[in-house]
Amino acid sequence: MNSFRADLHVHTVLSPCGDLKMSPAAIVETAARRGIDILGITDHNSTKHGPLVSKLAREKGIFVLCGAEVTTREEAHCLTFFENFETLAAFQQYLDRHLPDIKNDPKYFGYQVVLDEQEMIVEEEERLLISGLDQGLDQVETEVHRLGGLFIPAHIDRPRYSLTSQLGFVPQDLKADALEVSRFTTPEEMIRQFPWIESYTFIRSSDAHHPDTLGSGITIFDMENRNFGEIRKALHKQDNRSTRIEKPGI
Amino acid sequence: MMTISDIAQKLSLKVLSGQGGINREVTGGYVSDLLSDVMGHAQAGHIWITLQTHKNVMAIASLKDLAAVILVSSHQPNEDTAMQSNEEEIPVLGTDLSAFEISGKLYEILKT
Repeated sequence: MNSFRADLHVHTVLSPCGDLKMSPAAIVETAARRGIDILGITDHNSTKHGPLVSKLAREKGIFVLCGAEVTTREEAHCLTFFENFETLAAFQQYLDRHLPDIKNDPKYFGYQVVLDEQEMIVEEEERLLISGLDQGLDQVETEVHRLGGLFIPAHIDRPRYSLTSQLGFVPQDLKADALEVSRFTTPEEMIRQFPWIESYTFIRSSDAHHPDTLGSGITIFDMENRNFGEIRKALHKQDNRSTRIEKPGI
Repeated sequence: MMTISDIAQKLSLKVLSGQGGINREVTGGYVSDLLSDVMGHAQAGHIWITLQTHKNVMAIASLKDLAAVILVSSHQPNEDTAMQSNEEEIPVLGTDLSAFEISGKLYEILKT
């Protein structure tokens, strides 16, 4: 069995609050320097930078898990990941269908741009990506799993945009593949508050919007090799695969 | 003291679920869409005005022994929310009005 260091929650310049320094090339460069083996690309309500980061990362020996950080109707943030570019594109269509048509104002929220390999802007996303979808938590979960993806509520302990802030507490029968905690708490602390979440796998990630914080939250995956199926198995503690949260610090 | 039934009649609210609880008495109201805020501040007997439809709404209504929930702007309860409302006999009421409008009307009839 091998150990892989994963940061599964990273924003690119496509996210409205993503720093302009978060170009796909810069993210891959920083991740390689910090010894990250698996990188999750999770822009707000968009999957469009995943494929390019994936391509650039392959050259550096980094595996990219492509997905998005979805804002549900309740304004709870959830990480979603897909196995291949086909299901990723199908989920993008779902996002396009359900994102309200509110225009981004770069003055307030920053630019939302898709870059190419030469760091040229190939697309500017006009719709404000931090809006909530017109889909509730359970509906998003159902769609992600219908497409064979992974569904992980983000930073569930945080006072904003989390299950606990928006829904008061973690729902009892949530169909999640794991739960993400921020660096401000531990799984033990969350289980003490909500004993019924004891059986879930917990991950910690950086939620980086800036290169400085990339890798500030790391989950170690103990598994054979790096692919979607192995990651799913590790999250579900199958076939001796497992995960551990690394002590924080860059 | 006014019951849910009286209030539903006066404000033309639709009883969407939890019919069994329409004789609950109302002591006041609370308006919030942040469920943790409601858990912290709403009082037993309050009628809760919100646009949230997730079933955690009913868990909190039950925990705090609220009289009923009003869903604003034509929002409908999720299926499991309605089911729990029926079981707990805590009504979910519906209105086409916004939270601002229905709060104003409710305040008017409760303060007298």
